[in-house]
Amino acid sequence: MIMIFGIPGPLLFGQLLLGLINGAFYAMLSLGLAVIFGMLNIINFAHGALFMMGAFCSWMLLNYLGIGYFPALILAPLIIGAFGIVLEKTLISRLYKLDHLYGLLLTFGLALVIEGLFRNAYGSSGLPYRIPQVLTGATDLGFMFMPNYRGWVVLCAAVVCFATWAIIEKTSLGATLRAATENAPLVQAFGVNVPRLITLTYGGGIALAAFAGVLAAPIYSVNPNMGTNFINTVFAVVVIGGMGSILGSIVTGFALGVVEGLTKVFYPQASATVVFVVMVIILLTRPRGLFGKAA
Amino acid sequence: MFGFSRAQTIAFLVMVALIVVCPFILYPVFLMRVLCIALFACAFNLMIGYVGLLSFGHAAFFGMGSYVAAWTIKFWHVDASIAIVLGGATGAFLGLCLGYLAIRRSGIYFAMITLALAQMVYFFCLEAPFTGGEDGIQQVPRGKLFGFIDLSNDMTMYCLVASVFLGGFLLIHRIIHSPFGQVLKGIRENEPRATSLGYRTDDYKLIAFVLSSMLAGVAGGTKALVFGIATLTDVHYATSGEVVLTTLLGGLGTVFGPAMGALVIVTMENYLAQFGAWVTVTQGVIFIVCVLAFRRGIVGEIGGRLKINL
Repeated sequence: MIMIFGIPGPLLFGQLLLGLINGAFYAMLSLGLAVIFGMLNIINFAHGALFMMGAFCSWMLLNYLGIGYFPALILAPLIIGAFGIVLEKTLISRLYKLDHLYGLLLTFGLALVIEGLFRNAYGSSGLPYRIPQVLTGATDLGFMFMPNYRGWVVLCAAVVCFATWAIIEKTSLGATLRAATENAPLVQAFGVNVPRLITLTYGGGIALAAFAGVLAAPIYSVNPNMGTNFINTVFAVVVIGGMGSILGSIVTGFALGVVEGLTKVFYPQASATVVFVVMVIILLTRPRGLFGKAA
Repeated sequence: MFGFSRAQTIAFLVMVALIVVCPFILYPVFLMRVLCIALFACAFNLMIGYVGLLSFGHAAFFGMGSYVAAWTIKFWHVDASIAIVLGGATGAFLGLCLGYLAIRRSGIYFAMITLALAQMVYFFCLEAPFTGGEDGIQQVPRGKLFGFIDLSNDMTMYCLVASVFLGGFLLIHRIIHSPFGQVLKGIRENEPRATSLGYRTDDYKLIAFVLSSMLAGVAGGTKALVFGIATLTDVHYATSGEVVLTTLLGGLGTVFGPAMGALVIVTMENYLAQFGAWVTVTQGVIFIVCVLAFRRGIVGEIGGRLKINL
């Protein structure tokens, strides 16, 4: 057996993979937060709740309608994204002229309502969601066995993150979006329907969270608290990465997941807090975050 | 009186009268919970109302104050007053550490950083041996005040809690009406201008944060004595959310709002406790309604109608 720093190789790589998976979720969630923040200037506290709704949506599709995992991977983000658009149109859009803190309070309230309703309906113990047949089993990579589903999650997350980055940085829609982030009135003067752009951005960010939720459903049990467990760490990730760049939030998300995985190998007690410790160090040395622009 | 305006003096006297009369009509333990949450909300309001910084991590100070007071009175058998003071000191020290980091950013970032730091405190409490993990510190005796006043009687305890609340309330009032408080309001309105006038705004913000977290620690310590228990719930971020809600409902930046909010929220929780998660749903709905239609809160709305500052 290979030993690395006195740790058995398979254990080290196993935890690294787990870290990479957590990192994949951090990346997708913080990416959505960053995109929404860029356009709407609000921190979407309901992000965790909508991530949880994504997982529940796939569970419901399977158990009530018999729709399997792969269609759910497309359908759930669409359904929850549409729900996000409704939320933006009916509630959040009323707050754009006010202090940004009100947006935070409103979305926090939304998160409480959504989680409370799901807890009432489904309890907090969690529902099982099986890994699809094709993705069960494991592959021997030579240095470790990798469960196929976990590899699939990392692959999917990487593809989706890259696609989001490409849409925002390389397409004309993305260019309009970035321009509207910089100066909305000017873009509106050029004839772009900025309010609709804002709505679609919110829907897109939510769809991203819901997609992460579907990916998470077979790994973690589907329960109403799954979002909050993640989102507090994701906020720390966002502070570390800074809100400035799309690529920044993707890289920071994956990197912190790996850091967390490594901590689990070398000093398990600190694994829950290591992200926050990194945040403290970043705040002391570079307050605006690794990739953040000057305030 | 103490820099109160006339309307505020009347409101203050009404509040004191209610504090004196209520324990003869209502259940004292319920009222003590209201007063503890009210002090906690007043401490929180000092930051959001007068410095303009929304802290989403005040549960850390409340919870740690609660743990330390419970621990010292149970295992060191200190006097009740010492336990509460130690709770406050813990809050202040923790506030100094977390505040030093958090005031580097403002607005939304400040909220996220305080939330994340408080989450770190939560994980610390989950792992640390002295907190008792999931069980918390239970069966904490109320002990004696100044060595001879037995606090096991609910009415005696109520007198102590009421004095602590009124002391904290008047302290906050004194702070915001001092020259220091005026500078804080100046920072809230226009920080660059305060800086250009030669004020070291970071120092002011940090001192305000420490004062606020100290009072949150006092509230937590008092709560631990009243209920004889200190648990993870007190440091959980839901408690941070609850204090935000309490203050928002009562009226951000009003003098009497937090106390009013505490009365309404604790009453509501009392009645809804049997319905499980519906408490969370109701809290969320109140958040949404307050933000969309009721931003001045109960006291702010009353004050606005009567054209007075409450």
